[in-house]
Amino acid sequence: MTQSPLHRILDFANRADPYPVYEELRKTPVYHEDDGPYVISTYYEIRSLLHDPRISSDARNLSSATRDPLAGPDQEDMALPPSFLRLDPPEHDRLRRMTNRHFGPPHSPHRVDGMRAELHGIVSGLVDGIGDPGRIDLVEQFSYPFPVTVICRLLGVPREDEARFHTWADTIAASLDPDPDADPAERGRGAHDARTQLGMYLAGLIEERRRNPGDDMLSELATAKGPDGTMSTMELLSTAALLLIAGHETTVNLVTNGMLTLLRHPEVLQRLRADPRLAVPVVEELLRFEPPVQLLPQRTTLADVEVHGVNIPKGASLWLVLASGNRDPRRFGDPDRFDPDREDIQHLGFGSGIHSCFGAPLARLEAQLALSELARRLENPRLLEDPPPYRRNAVLRGPRHLHIACDGIRA
Amino acid sequence: MLGDGSLERFRREGRIVVVGASLAGLRAAETLRDQGFAGSLTMIGAEPHEPYDRPPLSKQVLLGRASADRTALPRRRSVDANWRLGVPATGLDMAAKRVRLADGDEVPYDRLLISTGVRSRPWPHEDQAELDGVFVLRTRDDGAALARRLAEGPRRVLVIGAGFTGSEIASACCERGLAVTVAERGASPLVGALGGVVGAVAAELQREHGVDLRCGVMVTALEGDASGRVRAAQLSDGSTVEADVVIVSLGATRNTEWLAGSGLAAGPRGIACDAGCRAFDIRGIVTDDVYAAGDVARCPHPLFGYQFLSLEHWGNAVSQAGIAAHNMLSESTDRLPHMDVPAFWSAQFGVNIKSVGAPSLGTEILVAQGSLKEHRFVGVYGYQGRVIGAVAFDQARWLPFYQELIERTAPFPPPFPTVDRRSDGQRPVDADFPDPSVPTHGPTVTLSGYSPADRRMTFTPAH
Amino acid sequence: MLRIAVDLNRCQGYAQCAFLAPEVFAMHGEESLLYSPEADEEQREKVMQAAAACPVQAILVDTVDAPAEAVSGAR
Repeated sequence: MTQSPLHRILDFANRADPYPVYEELRKTPVYHEDDGPYVISTYYEIRSLLHDPRISSDARNLSSATRDPLAGPDQEDMALPPSFLRLDPPEHDRLRRMTNRHFGPPHSPHRVDGMRAELHGIVSGLVDGIGDPGRIDLVEQFSYPFPVTVICRLLGVPREDEARFHTWADTIAASLDPDPDADPAERGRGAHDARTQLGMYLAGLIEERRRNPGDDMLSELATAKGPDGTMSTMELLSTAALLLIAGHETTVNLVTNGMLTLLRHPEVLQRLRADPRLAVPVVEELLRFEPPVQLLPQRTTLADVEVHGVNIPKGASLWLVLASGNRDPRRFGDPDRFDPDREDIQHLGFGSGIHSCFGAPLARLEAQLALSELARRLENPRLLEDPPPYRRNAVLRGPRHLHIACDGIRA
Repeated sequence: MLGDGSLERFRREGRIVVVGASLAGLRAAETLRDQGFAGSLTMIGAEPHEPYDRPPLSKQVLLGRASADRTALPRRRSVDANWRLGVPATGLDMAAKRVRLADGDEVPYDRLLISTGVRSRPWPHEDQAELDGVFVLRTRDDGAALARRLAEGPRRVLVIGAGFTGSEIASACCERGLAVTVAERGASPLVGALGGVVGAVAAELQREHGVDLRCGVMVTALEGDASGRVRAAQLSDGSTVEADVVIVSLGATRNTEWLAGSGLAAGPRGIACDAGCRAFDIRGIVTDDVYAAGDVARCPHPLFGYQFLSLEHWGNAVSQAGIAAHNMLSESTDRLPHMDVPAFWSAQFGVNIKSVGAPSLGTEILVAQGSLKEHRFVGVYGYQGRVIGAVAFDQARWLPFYQELIERTAPFPPPFPTVDRRSDGQRPVDADFPDPSVPTHGPTVTLSGYSPADRRMTFTPAH
Repeated sequence: MLRIAVDLNRCQGYAQCAFLAPEVFAMHGEESLLYSPEADEEQREKVMQAAAACPVQAILVDTVDAPAEAVSGAR
């Protein structure tokens, strides 16, 4: 049976290695069938659309005639206003600017750089706590808890509340990755409950921070009076939820995909162990080779747009397959080879244009520190199963578990 | 050099001389070595410094965040050259293939690259220009001297001319908390480069930051005190501005005087070249051993009807240097044309201004995205029904899209909606450029006629 | 010493460098980059990190020991 490329992207059977599907897809840089989305799979076309002001990120511009298997209410709670991820300028720019004011330059240039020592401490602590080196689930024991802890520290969630925060984050993350055997109603209920509780918790924390602000990001967001004014509580909740969800799952996958790739390329792992500075190019190459966000759905055309000779009508749904563009041989030599020595590495791993990944610098640091520390401290690490079991999600792609073993943990 | 092995021999043991050891000269030298040139390479520079980067001089250096003598350009590779720095070239003998230097030396070449750039146009009254406290800003030494004076806390700075450099200087002074007056003969800052619609935004930026901006006036005289220090300036509207630092920012003059009488098509507008950076001689015949790159070159551009463009742009210097170097080492069929779309940037008053194409050739402008009022927008320039340029204020990430429109000669006004289209972007308006017959110092892209040997155009400073 | 130049035609203000090496790269307003054209050797690791993270690969850092070669005057 021949499946349509669309189905092959979504087909769980291809999750461990979707790259042959993308290679096939690139023969038709703008793929479209019936009333489905237009799937863009080649580097230059994707990059060009990411800078094209005729492309909207606001779902309200979608034509109702389009049927998109990835559209609809999922990632974010519909009770909240859309976050800047799903808005166009000027609203997008305003909210992103207000959020960035407390996260990065020019107003907070030392926020991320100043977290280096803390990130290192979190990573060390997690490695210290690994326990039995004969059977490690890197996802459960390392990749998963790491970014949640980081986001808690960034937002200023009190230490004693971190455990509750982890539980909610886990439940919400699981709802993004539906297990087909579970009862969908129950799963939906669980996720809804977790979102409600998290929302109430954050709302309470925001109130508390308004009264007693600290130097954390949530306090600053809650009390700021910048040139763009102050965020409403709903906007603030929506933004905090975006930071949590978008910043969590993607980092888990970046770190896990990273360790998996290194274990499949032991010579690189060996080099990284000898020189932790190699983590910098390793992470850039990972973002090209195994990007945590495989494709960007939910973009739509504000006008008829011609791409590679194909007329995409106004209101159409687009999928920009970043992971395929990253393997486009018209852009990268020998694209299926993992090569941290690549000099030409303008990957699409964090997207491009105005919606390029907000947390990119933090994700970079997290992945660099995590991978260099794992390389240094795990003695003779090896994969216990390859390929590992994957999550179902085709967009935020990564292993559900990564079982590895090593001979011991170095101090 | 036909297929007789002479090109191979040249690549192995030829002599290349580069006159002008700044950005274009250095990048050309690196490209020559990258592409396998193994012969002798001589770099001649009028300034005693190794190649340095100029953009920081009007920004980081004036803000006191970097020191002018620490702006040397990073090297992409070693160039293994003979450096003759601090010795200007004074003449060219094309028949004998020799460059004459100020110290009397003569340097022979097989191929020559001229990248002598431009220099600041000085204050036209020499005695006034020599007053202590009167500056221009082009070189590292200019930057160091001006930064030192600004650090002393002058009571008021007067900037004459509100082109990009003048505006950046005014911005840096404001940021240092200095009182600044800007005198501009046009109707607004940046008007020559970007037109009056965008110029009005630039004026607003200046005034919001406390600049005493005076447009439509000329400075008629600078006055000194008894000790020879500048004290005040007389303006054409009869007013006087008391200032102890005056910065003359009236554009640039091309460094081509040393080529007078050489037979090369070099004049005040620069050195005329073909699209492959080979220089023309005054008969309009292209030479095959003399090349030009950077601010001093003017090349026909396919996107602009093959009219000769003079561009004082950083990116243009880099790309022409690469093209010239490649072509110097190539058979005629392997040569490459210089086709990059012009692009530049400026940072002033906390706003990032970027442009692609040739806004100054446009007659109309459409605010395609954002809003002039918020100082965040993309303006698209149209000329005879096509898109010819674009400018962005703090909206740089959209510019690649507009560059594609320019490259494709897309219709103007663009017939489609975009995100962030506002009410002031519903229809194009007159871009409001000044009358081109009136000389200004503003345009960053200049048309200088169709004829490669055209030397008729001369510039007479109005001040 | 490290020499640095940024191709600001390429730069689109993603600010990755200013996040990762704030001592050397700073945003000036929302989108303009101001950088130190020269940085101390102790900043090397961060500067290389910043250069690698640049999404448009606009940051050029010295790759050769240039001052040893570039001497002034005749030779």
